[in-house]
Amino acid sequence: MREISFQKALDEAVAEEMRRDPRIIVMATDFTGDPVKEFGPARVRFTPISEAVLTGMGLGAAGCGFRPIVNWRMVTFSFVAMDQIVNQASKIRYMFGGQADFPVTYRCTTGGGIGLAAQHSQSPYSMWMHLAGLKIILPSTPADAKGLLKSAIRDNNPVVSFECSRLATVTGPVPDGDHLVPIGVAEVKRAGTDVTIVGLAYYVQEALAVAEELVREGISIEVVDPRTLVPMDADTVRASVRKTGRVVIVDEAPATCSAASEISALLVEDPDTFRVLKAPVRRVCAVPVPVPYSPPLERAALPNRDDIKTAVYAVLKDSLRPV
Amino acid sequence: MALDKAQLAQMLRTMILIREFDELAIQLRVAGKIYGAVHPYVGQEAVAVGVCSNFKVSDRVTSTHRGHGHCIAKGADIRRMMAELFGRVDGYCKGKGGSMHIADFAVGMLGANGIVGGGLPIACGAALAAQLEGKGDVTVCFFGDGAAAEGEFHEALNIASVWKLPIVFVCENNQYAANNAVAVQHPRVDIAAHAGAYQIPGVVADGNDVLEVYAAAGDAVARARRGEGPSLLEGKTYRWHFHAMRATPPPETRPSDEIASWKARDPIARLEQHALGAGALSAAEMSAIRERVKADLDDAVAFAEASPFPDPKDLLVDMFAE
Repeated sequence: MREISFQKALDEAVAEEMRRDPRIIVMATDFTGDPVKEFGPARVRFTPISEAVLTGMGLGAAGCGFRPIVNWRMVTFSFVAMDQIVNQASKIRYMFGGQADFPVTYRCTTGGGIGLAAQHSQSPYSMWMHLAGLKIILPSTPADAKGLLKSAIRDNNPVVSFECSRLATVTGPVPDGDHLVPIGVAEVKRAGTDVTIVGLAYYVQEALAVAEELVREGISIEVVDPRTLVPMDADTVRASVRKTGRVVIVDEAPATCSAASEISALLVEDPDTFRVLKAPVRRVCAVPVPVPYSPPLERAALPNRDDIKTAVYAVLKDSLRPV
Repeated sequence: MALDKAQLAQMLRTMILIREFDELAIQLRVAGKIYGAVHPYVGQEAVAVGVCSNFKVSDRVTSTHRGHGHCIAKGADIRRMMAELFGRVDGYCKGKGGSMHIADFAVGMLGANGIVGGGLPIACGAALAAQLEGKGDVTVCFFGDGAAAEGEFHEALNIASVWKLPIVFVCENNQYAANNAVAVQHPRVDIAAHAGAYQIPGVVADGNDVLEVYAAAGDAVARARRGEGPSLLEGKTYRWHFHAMRATPPPETRPSDEIASWKARDPIARLEQHALGAGALSAAEMSAIRERVKADLDDAVAFAEASPFPDPKDLLVDMFAE
């Protein structure tokens, strides 16, 4: 299978969908490559830096039969459009009684670790999860990035695509042809028996690396990637934890009211999962601080492999029953 | 563009219907028959009717928290509007939206909006859709003087001008944003003056003169249909009642002579005088219009009261499309 970068996979997803459906239009301040050449200036719109109006235009055009893709570029710019996201996009279908669909995709990069400092290193997906009206995808591999973004573009609802900055240049195998990954389906990225690590985005890769290292210590790790945050595939995550009895949840957002917190609650609220837990749930998240610029400080703020290992050892040590 | 008798009668009927619908909504809210907030449009009827009288069904509007008038002027069914205020399943939003979220996509009414300025970006998206469709349809975005202080207003005018979107921005300057007078919020009280910065036409009309609004909006709509881009039309008007009420109407805080001077320019009375003077409508015909409006509103209330409340088991219906 050919190997391409995460970024290339995302670009392919958009181009393939635009070829498939002439109602798709894209709006952004800039684009990778030259999509105007193939799709023309009517469908590829270079925009003013006006996140609020672009976010609302996506809704308006979607409600009138088009399928817009609005690229905020970085999630942090989307905060300028909070009214349109929070008050409009997440509620518009429901509050109008379902009389129209709003097939709009909002894209943005997310996450830290590349020296962009406090504002441009955030991972605020749990803010959007809280709204109960947006679907949210958060892929960790080039194949998932392509397949999920294509599904998002075909979805008849507002979908937010969080695209991890640290993964942009990561390469991986991507199937040829019309590769789709369904929204709302988690994937076990590595099977194991002792501890489940639920990772998000970049931290799926880190969890897999830790799992490989811990083989030498005789510890068998299962790595689960939710891939979609709304709707969350709680069944797959619970099934893994029911098998291993121990779970570490890793993400680079701070733990307070985070996706990691939500996953933790979905596990312990489920009687069948709670009953077989051998140790308390552990979260490995960012320190609750604006992400600092200087590399040693940034490294200290974000989770790393040692933090993940420490948590794995802790859930093994905390266990009511030995391994 | 002289209006014929049927057009004048239609305009008058719609203006009276809007006024009586909202006067009734106030009574129903006081009586506890409807819930939440009521933002009466009374006094501003000439703006919605003057603008929407230029429309085809395929043209679209976005509205505001004070949206009943826009809904009626765009052709929404008052029975389903009333059922929505009553929170019933036959309401436009099946009781999920209420007064501030009435929409009727089938007639191009893309929704009232509880957020000041919130409809401006959505309207630009509808206008982009119309531009891409290329059928000459136009979008009108209604908003108030208060929204002109929001960032979304400026983003919307800017991109609409740059992209020559087929949209008419209609500012209903009713002199108050919530309870703050327009001069307190803006260095210039002419909102239309903002048009200059975006290189689009900016026109001030007497928002209490439906014929003047109709003509001014007609020019702007025609310009948009020709593909020449957006316009900003400001209608100077006045709301006769409070900004919003919950269980009871709040006390009046505006000067009584100011209120009286605007009521002396009642847009409905002015249209009636015009129609009488032009010999287009007789007093008897106008009386018949009022009786018909009353009967229609009685029918709407009966329809709403007969409609069931939503079943709580349907709480999650309409969350996501298939």
